[in-house]
Order: sequence, then C-alpha cells, then structure tokens
Amino acid sequence: MGYDPILEGVSPMMALDTVDVKRRARVILIDGGHRVRAHLNTLGIHIGDWLTVVERAPFRGPVLVEVNGSRLALGRGIASKIKVEIEGSIESLSTPPREAEAEQR
Amino acid sequence: MKFVLAGQPNSGKSTIFNSVAGYRSATANFPGSSVSFTITRALILGREVEVVDLPGIYSLTSSREAAGEAESYLLDEDYDLIIDVMDASRLGRSLELTLQLLELERPMIVALNMMDEAVRSGIEVDAEDLAQELGVPVVPTVGRRGSGLRDLFRGALRQAHCGEASRSLELDRKVEEAVGRVRELLAESEFENTVPPRFVAEKLIERDPHFERDVYSARPELEAQVLGVAEGLQEFHGWSSDQVVSGSRHAVAHRIEEKVVTMHPPQVGWREWADRLLLHPLTGGPLMVLILGALFWFVFRVGQRLEVPLLALTDRLALALATQFPPDTFVGAIAGGALTGIAGGVALVLPYLVPFLLGLAVLEDTGYLPRMAYILDNFMHRIGLHGKSVLPLILGYGCSVPAIMSARILESRRDRRITAVLASFIPCSARTIVIFGLVAAYMGPVWALFIYLFNLILVVILGNVLARTMKGASPGLILEIPELRLPHPKTMVAKTWMTLKEFIIIAWPLLVASSVVLGFLEWAHAANSVNGLLSPLTVTILGLPAAVGMTLIFGILRKELTLVMLVQALGTTQLNTVMTDGQLLTFTLFVVFYVPCVATIAVMGRELGWKDTAWVTTFSLLVAVVVGIAGRFAYALFA
Ligand SMILES: Nc1nc2c(ncn2[C@@H]2O[C@H](COP(=O)(O)OP(=O)(O)OP(=O)(O)O)[C@@H](O)[C@H]2O)c(=O)[nH]1
Ligand SMILES: [Mg+2]
Repeated sequence: MGYDPILEGVSPMMALDTVDVKRRARVILIDGGHRVRAHLNTLGIHIGDWLTVVERAPFRGPVLVEVNGSRLALGRGIASKIKVEIEGSIESLSTPPREAEAEQR
Repeated sequence: MKFVLAGQPNSGKSTIFNSVAGYRSATANFPGSSVSFTITRALILGREVEVVDLPGIYSLTSSREAAGEAESYLLDEDYDLIIDVMDASRLGRSLELTLQLLELERPMIVALNMMDEAVRSGIEVDAEDLAQELGVPVVPTVGRRGSGLRDLFRGALRQAHCGEASRSLELDRKVEEAVGRVRELLAESEFENTVPPRFVAEKLIERDPHFERDVYSARPELEAQVLGVAEGLQEFHGWSSDQVVSGSRHAVAHRIEEKVVTMHPPQVGWREWADRLLLHPLTGGPLMVLILGALFWFVFRVGQRLEVPLLALTDRLALALATQFPPDTFVGAIAGGALTGIAGGVALVLPYLVPFLLGLAVLEDTGYLPRMAYILDNFMHRIGLHGKSVLPLILGYGCSVPAIMSARILESRRDRRITAVLASFIPCSARTIVIFGLVAAYMGPVWALFIYLFNLILVVILGNVLARTMKGASPGLILEIPELRLPHPKTMVAKTWMTLKEFIIIAWPLLVASSVVLGFLEWAHAANSVNGLLSPLTVTILGLPAAVGMTLIFGILRKELTLVMLVQALGTTQLNTVMTDGQLLTFTLFVVFYVPCVATIAVMGRELGWKDTAWVTTFSLLVAVVVGIAGRFAYALFA
C-alpha cells in the first residue's frame, strides 16, 4: 500500500477518529479495500491531503472534517480506517489538547 | 439537438435545468437530490433543444458492476453536447470529474456555477485561464440567481453547432504510456465501443469492473495482456494501478487549480456560527427537536386557521345542494359525491398540505437534512443502518415515491432495501393530512404528535429486525455536508407548486371521481354489501362504523381519499359527531399503516422487486390491524 517508510518514526500515526476537534492532520494511509479508498478519493480525500477535524459527535458518532474546501461527515468506522499524522507532530502531542485548542482560535 | 447536464452532486445542475424547463426537476441542498434523469424540450434562443438533467456523480469510474444511470447515459446515449456544471467553490474536486468528461471526446462547455459561494469562500477563479487549460469554453454562472445562464446557453449552442469534440488532458507520463499500450492492444483485437478507445483503455487500467466485464467477455484474450500493463504501472509506482491513475488525475487537477485560482481571505458569516450550534455535540440534538417541533406547530396552526372557515363554507354549499337535489335521488347522489370530492380537496387537504410542503421545502433547501444525517448517524447505527438513510426517511414524510427512489443514494444494497421498506412506513403528506384532519383537529395536536412518535418507534423496531435478518456489508456514513443556505423564496414556491400541481392534476380528479363512484354505489345500495364484507375487520376487530369499509378500499388509490371519502360515507364534515375519539384514533392509526398506496407499490416493485413488495404490503396490513386493535383498547383503557 502507499505507505512511505520514511514517514515512519517521524511522527506517530493515529486514526482519524481519535484526532481532537480543531486539529489539522495529514492523511498518510487509508486502510480498507480498493472501494473505500476510491470512494474517498472522489470525495476529495487523498493520501497526503491536509484536513481539519471540525466536530466530533459524542458516543462514537461521526466526525466532521474539512478537506480541500468541502466538509464531509465520516462515520467512525470509516474514520478509524483513515490514518493521519498530526500537524506539528510530537511537540503538540505533549501539550495538553485543551491549551492547543485555545491557541489555535 | 440534445444537451446533457452533468457534474458532481449538488453543483446546481437541476437548478440550471429548471431555468429552461420551468420547475420540473426537484432541487435541494444535499448531494443526491436527483436520482434519475429528467428530459425536457426547451426553446433556447429560438432553437428547439432537448435538455437532460442527470443525477450527480463524483467520478466516471464506477466501483459497482452496474453503471449508474448518469454514467450509462454519458457513455452510451446519443447527444450533441455536455454541459459540465462545476462547483467553483470546490474547484479542485470538480476538476477531477471534468478531466474524465473531457476524455469522452464530445463537444463540451463548462458552467462554472456557484460563483457567489466561491467569492464568499475567498476563491477567485479566472474563467479564461481555466478555458485555456481545459480547451473548452467556460462560463461563470450563479444558477440560483440565473446570472450567466444566457451566456451559457448561447455558448452551448455555438459549441454544439461547430461540433468540436473535447480533448483529453495529458496525465502522468507512465500512465500515458500504459494507456497507449492498452489502446494498441484494443486496436489489434479490433474491439469497438461507443466510447473513445482512450477512455476504455484508461478504465481497464483503473480496473473498472463495468468495463472489464464489457471488454473481456467479448475479447477474453485481452485480459492477461491488459493486466500485465497495469501491473507494470503498479510496479513502477508502488501503488495499485487505479490509484496511480486517479492520483495522476488529482495531480493534474491540482496543477490547474493552482494556476487559475487566486485565494483571498474567506468571509466568515452567520453560517459558521449557525453550523457550530447546529452540529455541536450539546446543542445539535436539542436544536433538531426544536426545529422539527416548530415545523409541526406551523403546519397545525396554519392548517387550523384555513380549515375551519373553508369547512364552514363548503358545508353551506353542501346544504344548499342537498335541498335542491335530495341525496336519495340519482342526480343528488352523483352531485353530492362530486361536491364532496371538490370541497374535500379545498377544505380538508390543501389547508394542511400547503404549509407542510413549504416547511419540508425549507428543510431541504437550507441544507439541514444532511446535518440531520450527521446528528442521527449514531442513532441509526442502533437500528443497523447509518446516517445517510435519514435522507430518504425524512423525504418519506413528503411522499413515499421519491423517498423510496432516493434510497439509491445509499451505497450498499442491503441498506437500500431496508431504507426503502422503512420509508414506505413513514407517514407521507397524504397520511399527514389524515392525521391532522382527524386526530389533531378533533382530539388536539398532542394526540397527533403521539401518532408520529408511535410510528417512529415502530419504524425503529422494524428497522432493527430487518437489519438483524438481512446480511451484507455497509460502508458506514460518508456524506458531504453542503454549506447552509437561506431558502430562496422563488425556489420554495416553485417546489411546493410542483407537488401541489401533482395533487391537483392527479389526486384531485381521482378524489372527485371516487366520491362520485361512492355516491353512486350508495344510491344503488351497493356500498353496503362491500362494507358488509369488510365489517369483520372494520366493525368486529377495529370497532369502527361499517361505512368506513369503502373508504379504506379507495384509500389504496391515494391515502387522502380515506379522509374525504369518510366525510362522504358518513354524510357530515363534523366527524366527531358520528365517531368517538377512540374511533378516530383507531381509524387514523389503521390508515397510517395499512397497505402503501398504488403509486408506492408500483415504485417499490420497480426498486425492490415484486417479492419484497408483496411481502411489505401484506406485512403492513398485519401491522395496521395489530396497531388498530392496540389503539382501540389502549384508548378505551387509558383515556
Ligand atoms: N449559492 C448558490 N446556490 C446555488 C447555485 N446554483 C444552485 N444553487 C443551490 O444549490 C443547491 C443544489 O442545487 P441542485 O440544482 O439541486 O443541484 P444538482 O446538481 O441538481 O444536485 P444533485 O441532483 O444532487 O446532483 C440548491 O439548494 C440550489 O438552490 C448558485 O449558483 N449559487
Ligand atoms: Mg439534481
């Protein structure tokens, strides 16, 4: 699959459904079959694209992401298959998310 | 001459279509509002042209073996020009489809629509540069306001006239090499198709199942050779061949976007704030309940205001008629029936139908429906479906026919089937009229609300059962959430009128005819025998007056008929004087659930097959009987 080994180790890879609201993240891998990937591609999510998590519904509901100027609602099932790296990677992970959120506003 | 409107979902194709066709194709602010194509003949700048509005597609590569309606139309039909409707505010993504449309090598023109949205998002597109890049004319438009459309159609006529076909843009060098090689293979084996060979070659490399089946069933020897080429591509890039092709298309689209777009800071306005509240984990749910509650209240209040004076008027008319021609004479029976049909339409149906359709149009046009899908995704998972099913279900409150068809927006067959069945159980506007006209009007709005909630609970239970028994994978929610928009008054009126017109042209004559028939049957004392036949159900089981039997039969034609015919059958508009509250409730519950109307049965047969339809119809009758009995005895016990 299209996973660049150079990226490995540089920043931790996490599933999109675990990314906090207002965070920017970059898609590095899309798990799941050819169809899911093709479908996401046509909706504007490609590997290497930056996206922002706009909202996360409670109780394992869907996540709302902004990517290439459009907003997509993704169920948790799909979101967990999209692996991303967080902007600023390691440092920003060590700061508590609340503060980071406040900074971004 | 024939023009085809193609483009990504929600880009404004139907809006542009309607600008030449009158309001004929439903528009709404969510992706997938058109699920099948609409054709019209229009006079454009003095020339007669056929215009076709296609459902939106994100890409021409299908992952399903059966190509969708839009894809098959674009690939196989005869037409003179493609009008590619692009959403300027999502230029990059729209370009990826445009690149594929160019490869069809037909005359083409681009409508760069949603220019107002683009400006608001700080996107400035240079239309001339874009035209240069694509090699076809580009006309900026704002479909909703109608600006640019004259130029668009003038350009379209010119382009179709000179008949110059579009040309494919060049993709990645390795991809072009692979495409070239597959083209050679196709040429050698003399494979012929309606689409250009380059397009076929590209789709084969992308492993499009539809084309693979087409080509390899005719030329089985090609399969190994083409796969060899695809593998070569895969080895070179380290990605699967379909990813290489779509990735290279993405790269070209991106390069063009960079070239023609200048970015400015976006305007942040009320929509940002509204969305934050509407989708917030804490406020989203309560606001949804509030919005739906407001809709209900609006329909009830407006309906009441209109119904009472209208009924008084039609009652006076009926009285005057009855003194002139007594109902036991032949003329009296027929004329009485006709008057009940006409008056029923005016006084019983329209007062609730008009505000209801307006309210539904607001929900559709603002773009609130996809937001409901987002909020309810979690809940729908409990049923065993996902958020996207919310769209057909909400449309079901308008009319079951488009609702069942719109289940096509769901990706998996299982979800489509379950959702279509559930949509037929949602009380459509016709059933809403019965609920409002009988229960809300005589027993109070709380009882009507209770029927809706009760129906919803049953739908949830039914959904649960179906989801558990039907196997199949479901991909989960993937749905684009379009920008919120203020409803456009002209569109809303046009849309409401489109549905009303259907009522006036089809349902109303049916109403009058049925009332006349019932009047005649009563005069001939034939109605009694039918009512007698049904009395085990109506009288013994449900505890209703025997006269409702005929109304239930006619109700299968259209559910509104039950209400109007009830007036006719019982001989009064003051139904609470001849039926108790318990009977009104039981009757309404039964009507809400029993047998879908003929139009629904027909569309269900087409979408789901006759086996499912027969099953659903029988089952609904069963549910109606059980619910009717429950309503009868529960009301007797508790109220
Ligand atoms: N702001 C703005 N809104 C538009 C424009 N054109 C259409 N709309 C609105 O966009 C929404 C979608 O329009 P439709 O015409 O239904 O789109 P469609 O391309 O037919 O969509 P599908 O049938 O789902 O593929 C509607 O609410 C329109 O009122 C435009 O130029 N600017
Ligand atoms: Mg449409």
